[in-house]
Amino acid sequence: MIDKFVRSVAEALADIKDGSTVLIAGFAQVGEPRALVDGLIEQGARELTVVHNTAGRGHEGVARLIGEGRVRKIVCSFARSRGSVLFEAVYARGEIELEILPQGTMAERIRAAAAGIPAFYTATGAGTKLAEGKEARVFNGREHILEQAIYGDVALVEAWRADRWGNLVYRDAGRNFNPVMASAAALTIAQTQHIAELGELSPELIATPGIYVDRIVHVAAGDPPLKPQ
Amino acid sequence: MTENQAWQPLERDALAARVAQDIPEGWSVNLGIGIPTLVGNYVPPEREVIFHSENGILGMGPAPAPNELNRWLINASSQYVTLHPGGSFMSHSDSFALVRGGHLDLCVLGAFQVAENGDLANWARSEDDNAPAIGGAMDLAAGARRIWVVMEHNTRSGEPRLLRRCSYPLTATGCVVRVYTELAVMDVTPQGFRVIDMVPGLSLEALQARTEAPLHPA
Repeated sequence: MIDKFVRSVAEALADIKDGSTVLIAGFAQVGEPRALVDGLIEQGARELTVVHNTAGRGHEGVARLIGEGRVRKIVCSFARSRGSVLFEAVYARGEIELEILPQGTMAERIRAAAAGIPAFYTATGAGTKLAEGKEARVFNGREHILEQAIYGDVALVEAWRADRWGNLVYRDAGRNFNPVMASAAALTIAQTQHIAELGELSPELIATPGIYVDRIVHVAAGDPPLKPQ
Repeated sequence: MTENQAWQPLERDALAARVAQDIPEGWSVNLGIGIPTLVGNYVPPEREVIFHSENGILGMGPAPAPNELNRWLINASSQYVTLHPGGSFMSHSDSFALVRGGHLDLCVLGAFQVAENGDLANWARSEDDNAPAIGGAMDLAAGARRIWVVMEHNTRSGEPRLLRRCSYPLTATGCVVRVYTELAVMDVTPQGFRVIDMVPGLSLEALQARTEAPLHPA
């Protein structure tokens, strides 16, 4: 019997190695696998490359992972924001490498990895300073730049419901980066708000088929926190 | 400005309403942060316009009543929103495929600077800013079928924002087709900025005095 549920966050994250590239889903506080990020902080892996929409905000989650000096490189679309205090401090000390990307380029580079596409051309960023050092080529009279796939060693995602095969359903805007990141890593770990029996999830609603998911841990995290003011 | 003005600049909400007036029924539209977000408030409910948000919402509705707030439903500016009947959720990769594949009729963005060739600068104020925020602006600027910019005509210190060439780092080249400011509406044409509307009482000369790039009458 296939059963991808594990008993604890610690068990789910036990073998994440130093130097791993970790894709961390979520957009603002919604759909963010907070329990897994907290677990990664406890787990102790260092020298991580973290791919996440932001460089963290406040003092929790990705921000804390960065603040504790565990992230060698952050790949994100929003580095500086009102709440990015921990990133700012580590960045000012020169202790973290930053790769800043257009949000859609980031999503597509992850999607490309999932689909076995090593690189692709896009018009996004062409003619800007983000194109520096990137191969440029004209298609249909328009300049495009070459962007390479982002492969994860690990992806951390949050689902609303999951079954033991790893099929995942998301809630509302909690979907965001979760499906694409789940499909682009060698090891995908999901925390889920609810457990579904096999066959209970509508096949028409499953946004992440279980083939992409390796481990699931049940975390009844509840609604996302209210937006920090 | 100490001169005796015969004209009044549009307030933020009036400017947003002026933009909304030009969005026709049936368009799919993404609204950027700031004044662009306000534009949605001024599209009359009987005119069906489909709003997109980069975090995976098509058919986004207005802000919820305080007692109906859904903590799972935020827009790309992290504001609580609703879903219009017919709306859908999608992943980030699908949401940006929609943007980058040219499926949005319009994106309304704020800007620091716009050049007469349609170049847009709205993400960094200096070449040395090494850790700014891009978000989805470059994808939207390069991908939407039309880019309208809504911004203040001048900086707080009175410097022009409508320029021959942008001095700030570009978001995308040649993408802006129309600019709305509190003073005027200008189309970007092969000849440069063409003024298609001004607040009552304002002369082209007075507008030109506040603009670096040459302005052409409609």
